[in-house]
Amino acid sequence: MSHAATHPPTGAAAPNLGLLVLKARTFIALILVFAFFAVAAPNFLSAANMVIMSKHVALNAFLAIGMTFVIISGGIDLSVGSIVGLCGMVAGWLVLYGVDFGLGWSIQFNTLEICLIVCLVGIAIGAVNALLITRLNVAPFIATLGTLYICRGAAMLSSDGRTFPNLNGSAEYGSESFRQIGAGSLLGLPISIWMLIVVAALAAYISRRTPLGRYIYAVGGNERGAALSGVKVNRIKLFVYMFSGFCAALVGLIVSSQLVASHPATGETFELNAIAAAVLGGTSMSGGRGRIGGTIIGAFVIGVLSDGLVMMGVSAFWQTVIKGLVIVAAVVVDQAQQKLQARVALQAQAALGK
Amino acid sequence: MDHPVGLQIRGGTKVYPGTRALKSVDFDLRMGAVNVLVGENGAGKSTMMKVIAGVEQLTEGRILMQDREVHFRGTDDARRHGIGIVFQELNLFPNMTVAENIFIGREITRGGVDIDMETQRAATRRLMERLEHDIHPDTPVAELRVGQQQIVEIAKSLAQDARILILDEPTSALSAAEVEILFRVIAELKRDGVGIVYISHRLEELIRIGDYITVLRDGTITGARAMAGVDVPWIVRNMIGEASKDFAKEVEHPFGAEIFRAEDVCLPRAGGGLAVDHVSLSLRAGEIVGVYGLMGAGRSEFLECVIGRHPHATGQMAIAGEPLRDRSIAGRIARGIALIPEDRKNDGLIQMASIRENMTLSSLGRFTRLFHMVLGAERRGVAEFVKRLTVKIASMENPVSSLSGGNQQKVVIGKALMTTPKVLLMDEPSRGIDIGAKAEVFRTMRQLAAQGLGILFVTSDLEEVMALSDRIIVMSEGRITGEFDRGTATETAVIAAAAPGQGRPAQELVA
Repeated sequence: MSHAATHPPTGAAAPNLGLLVLKARTFIALILVFAFFAVAAPNFLSAANMVIMSKHVALNAFLAIGMTFVIISGGIDLSVGSIVGLCGMVAGWLVLYGVDFGLGWSIQFNTLEICLIVCLVGIAIGAVNALLITRLNVAPFIATLGTLYICRGAAMLSSDGRTFPNLNGSAEYGSESFRQIGAGSLLGLPISIWMLIVVAALAAYISRRTPLGRYIYAVGGNERGAALSGVKVNRIKLFVYMFSGFCAALVGLIVSSQLVASHPATGETFELNAIAAAVLGGTSMSGGRGRIGGTIIGAFVIGVLSDGLVMMGVSAFWQTVIKGLVIVAAVVVDQAQQKLQARVALQAQAALGK
Repeated sequence: MDHPVGLQIRGGTKVYPGTRALKSVDFDLRMGAVNVLVGENGAGKSTMMKVIAGVEQLTEGRILMQDREVHFRGTDDARRHGIGIVFQELNLFPNMTVAENIFIGREITRGGVDIDMETQRAATRRLMERLEHDIHPDTPVAELRVGQQQIVEIAKSLAQDARILILDEPTSALSAAEVEILFRVIAELKRDGVGIVYISHRLEELIRIGDYITVLRDGTITGARAMAGVDVPWIVRNMIGEASKDFAKEVEHPFGAEIFRAEDVCLPRAGGGLAVDHVSLSLRAGEIVGVYGLMGAGRSEFLECVIGRHPHATGQMAIAGEPLRDRSIAGRIARGIALIPEDRKNDGLIQMASIRENMTLSSLGRFTRLFHMVLGAERRGVAEFVKRLTVKIASMENPVSSLSGGNQQKVVIGKALMTTPKVLLMDEPSRGIDIGAKAEVFRTMRQLAAQGLGILFVTSDLEEVMALSDRIIVMSEGRITGEFDRGTATETAVIAAAAPGQGRPAQELVA
């Protein structure tokens, strides 16, 4: 009886083709979308277009990675778009003015220091989100909706709604390399793509191979059960919102560097694209389920779709409609997969007998 | 006195995944009388009533009314046949008013659209007069005491002119005066020919109010007769049976030193009072202490205080003489306490996670170097415990929800054991699992005790507590009301100590 316990019965565990197709659906969708535009849109496969497109995708992918952790933990972070805007303004301010205490002198920073400060701002806003949610028991939707408005307003206030132009930095202060974040490249790949690779690898590693990652899934799957198992739920939530804030800060840096200017309205509705990418990648909005790899594929599907449609000359209005349809279809298929998966597992268990 | 049979169950069987709640029961419900139903938690009383009320459907068997077979597909169907039920857990909408709650789902309307609040209010007022309670129809239910809420629930059933009224532990939250009123209403309903089913754990109350009694044990009816001549020993005998079931045989081993001590543990209740009322106890290494009591006696709450779930609990605890100051659950697990919660689904497991992830959730540190989890070591650890606890699984990567109740429980036990605890707290370890898995769980408990663990387990099953415990502690209304050694414990004494006394000494209740 007990010897059978660890050996899966070969019949029940045989790969189920239908399930395999469903599991890989986002990836299949990406290939189909790619193939379609390769045929339908001229120049779609050119190297120049690939670089431009991947830069677009990267912005959304950063936010979606942070969002995935938050959603897996059972929450939501609506404030990321505003954090992008605010962090962009902070970066612009630091490049242009440094920190001025009104004493007749100011502190200027080099590029690395600017990046660190901006990231800290993003992380701090994430921490505020987490504290509102864990200590003051505000629902995640409401807490981050509040910070969404606060950050956007603060970004507007920082410049009275104007753009900080010409963020070229100055060699004197060591900030002339600020432009390189968005414009530079290494071994033929843009710096922002390298950053994405690093962040995505880090996030995937955390989610699969560290206790922290396991706890994030556990908190989203059953918060009470996780707490009773000794998981420090509040710390896990603190981490996911701080990480989401960090990802948003990176996007703020990249956007203001790419444009060599920061505008306080940058990042509006970015949070919705990030949620869409996560959901498209198979993340469950009720928590406990999702993968970083899936989210990145999801971000690519959305990015390829919108850039491809632009190249085909489809109107922006139709693009929005198509994006919505794709998201709804993805969730419908996801439900079918869950049902099938549960049935396969139950059958395997039933095959064991009582 | 002649009481016609209003409803019959013939050969009623109800199967849940992993357990048979009812085994081919025959039940007669008599009109114009109080039909008392008694049995331990999990004996099948509530299941049988849910079948009658249309909440659950029989797996096999028939329900007859006036010699015609009826099928209740839902509570609506049952209600149309004149069956009303007051559940033990109240089903009220706290933000709505008393009148709205009473007429929920059957609002009195003008033309099917506009709710006739005035008529509803008047009807509510009449019902409250009948129940002798001065509750205003427009009061939101949330503002009422639990006892008053129960009255509202009863009024809801009365408003439907139920011919059959099922009351599941209606007096558990009522004061003595309110119980008297309820009994007067029941007598009045009886005169009108209403058939009443009355479920309660208060034996003396049953004997006083009942006309017929049915005793359930493990899903079968072990006794059914008219109430005349029934006494408490007869009920107890039928509740727990003549011969004890054959649980794993005792392996004698000496107890070690005191491993856990709790002193003056108190936990305030939400509605005022104490859910756990100055509980002190100690546990030795290798000892199995059974905590017996009825639902709501504060047993689970006490275990939750020990594991650190309630930050506002007071009192001192010590592990092996060392005071336990860390109030977080993680800290207490690290000090060697592990809890197997009562509610496996909501507290014990992450349903959508795999068996492997569930088992190691409390002990990931064992498989982690710095911050890197060694998945191979994790799999080996899980495989070892799967084998040790004989968990039947197809693959450790399957979601834990695909397992039967007994195997799920073993996963929860495995999770607790992987933290290498010194003290194991088990809350109803045999709830909702079949008899075979039960025996295995008990055998495991014995083995663990022999290895020197201190085990504190909570149960509502008298047989279980008598067979398994080295020492029995009885709780009632948040307090310890009795403590028995294996040698001195008798079933009657344990039941007497567990009865809710409302301040009266336990002996009076049985006399």
